[in-house]
Amino acid sequence: MSLVEIESFTLDVQVVEASARVIHEVSFKLEAGQSIGIVGESGSGKSLTLRAIAGLSPENSVVGGKISFQGEEVSAMDRERLMQYRSSQVAMIFQDPRSAINPVRKVGDFLTENVVTNLGWSKSDAKTKAIEVLTEVGISNPEKQLKAFPSELSGGMLQRVMIASNLLCQPDLLLADEPTTALDVTTQSSVMALIDQLRLSRGMAMIFVSHNLELATAVCDKILVMYAGRIVELLPAENLREKSRHPYTRALLDARPRLDGRQNRLNAIPGQPASGLEWTQGCTFAARCAFAQDICRSEVPVLRKIQESDVACHRADEIDWDVS
Amino acid sequence: MRRYLWRRIGLGALTIVATTMLVHLALYLAPGDPIGYLLNGQPATPERIAALRAQYNLDEPFFTRYVSWITGVFQGDLGTSAAFNADVSTLIASRFQTTMYLVLISFVFISVFGLTLGILAGLHKGGIDSFSMATATILSSIPAFVGSFILINVFALQLGWFPAIGGGDGSLSSAISHMTLPAIALAFSAGAFVARTTRASIRVESASEHVVTATVRGIPRNKVVSRHIVRNALLPVISLGGLLFVGLIVSTAFVEQAFAINGIGGLLVVAARQQDFALVQAITLILVISFVVVNLAVDVLYWILDPRIRSEVA
Ligand SMILES: Nc1ncnc2c1ncn2[C@@H]1O[C@H](COP(=O)(O)OP(=O)(O)O)[C@@H](O)[C@H]1O
Ligand SMILES: [Mg+2]
Repeated sequence: MSLVEIESFTLDVQVVEASARVIHEVSFKLEAGQSIGIVGESGSGKSLTLRAIAGLSPENSVVGGKISFQGEEVSAMDRERLMQYRSSQVAMIFQDPRSAINPVRKVGDFLTENVVTNLGWSKSDAKTKAIEVLTEVGISNPEKQLKAFPSELSGGMLQRVMIASNLLCQPDLLLADEPTTALDVTTQSSVMALIDQLRLSRGMAMIFVSHNLELATAVCDKILVMYAGRIVELLPAENLREKSRHPYTRALLDARPRLDGRQNRLNAIPGQPASGLEWTQGCTFAARCAFAQDICRSEVPVLRKIQESDVACHRADEIDWDVS
Repeated sequence: MRRYLWRRIGLGALTIVATTMLVHLALYLAPGDPIGYLLNGQPATPERIAALRAQYNLDEPFFTRYVSWITGVFQGDLGTSAAFNADVSTLIASRFQTTMYLVLISFVFISVFGLTLGILAGLHKGGIDSFSMATATILSSIPAFVGSFILINVFALQLGWFPAIGGGDGSLSSAISHMTLPAIALAFSAGAFVARTTRASIRVESASEHVVTATVRGIPRNKVVSRHIVRNALLPVISLGGLLFVGLIVSTAFVEQAFAINGIGGLLVVAARQQDFALVQAITLILVISFVVVNLAVDVLYWILDPRIRSEVA
């Protein structure tokens, strides 16, 4: 039994009067202790997929397919079970800690709220543990920071607080939605290193959403590439650079920021990213793909196994990527 | 905190000086001559006029007049009312208390009614939301004098639960019984305003990411609502409350008339109509001081409730 099993997950959202599908037949598995990186341009459905695992989909949406955690279907959990699942088995780190932490309550309240309210810890136990985890995530003078308000801490510090809060309850799964995107460049790598190290030392599984391929390959076992609400490629992280086959994955690799941090404009993928909402007859990426042929515009490609990868591209085995 | 507070107090004092000066100037430049009222039916002999002009400083330049007025204020002397031929401080004191009772009781109604409807509507979509907002809209569209009329008819005359007119004898219990109906009449539109603002604020807060965080951490819904939604959503409503409170003092005039209450609002109307310098000045002073004090209270409350202010100022 896998830790997380997602089978034919679909999500339909209510747009004006009609319902529209934004996630199409997403399936993948995550084993305990493993980490998967979900990459793709913005609007490709990464956050919706991630949140659905925590049983958190938009109010006006309908979830299809099956998402299970340790064999138990998340959508079948009753209210009490869902609270228990969220408070002790799964944890989430958000993009912008400044908006993800209530600004009018103290850092200490934020840290201990879950374990005191849901897990029945005493306040003094929670405080002692909170000081421990704050030290562990590299925050100096933790007693003082417990009494501080979020506005008194930097973004990087707050993200560390967010991470620390998730360590208290010892979850099995960490859901991280672009956890470093909102931080400044100098703190990005240290926060990422911290997440990676804590995850490994505690044996937590992780789903890491990012549009930074470099980062995702560094901390994940597998990479899942999404485009317009679909999985276009799933492959071992170490294969990404040299053995990825989908033209979209290749385009992402070319479009990634160079190491000096400047965006390489020439190689940016031409055209606008499509969302799952857009209706096309064939492959959603065909309009932007340099290799598109007639079949790409008429038939939706399904995921198929080619060596170690799952690829949804009609021409995946024909194109000869010249890896330099 | 102390520096912040002192700066606010300084600003408040400046507001008081500037406003009273402006009102002084307006009265000074106003057309018409108050001497007719000052004579009050006595024969207009030149000596008499000259004496009155001297008594009320009518021939002095603007600035001298202002300085002598404000010096008097500091000595507890608000002057003599020409229209009532009485000491302004005594005229105002009892009426101010009456108006304050009215405003305070009304404010309680506004808070209870506005916050309840607003929070209910903000947290629920569909039926409860539509019902609460419809109630607020209907109540707010009733003009104060129509509301007063209906309330007097039903609750005072038909049911006899409350006295129909008068302001009571000054004690708190009589004030409550006399002021309940006028306070409700006064509360309608402001209460609806509070309800709408609260609803909007609750909606914004409900959609905020820190609420998602709390939810995804398994915090029970009722605690998410009380700790993370309502608590945060009330902040903008507090500053609105301050503004409304001051507005109420001024808008009491109508209701005071309908219920035959001797308050500040009615007094101001009479004073302005009769160009009663001393009285207009004194009432303006009281209104401005209330304004400054209420704002100061709001600032202090914000300081206590919103830590973001603290780190901004620091
Ligand atoms: N609450 C919502 N209601 C309707 N559509 C939504 C909602 N949230 C996201 N979407 C749509 O779903 C698509 C995927 O969104 P998201 O998962 O946030 O993308 P990503 O995280 O990859 O940038 C987008 O096209 C977005 O417009
Ligand atoms: Mg996203």
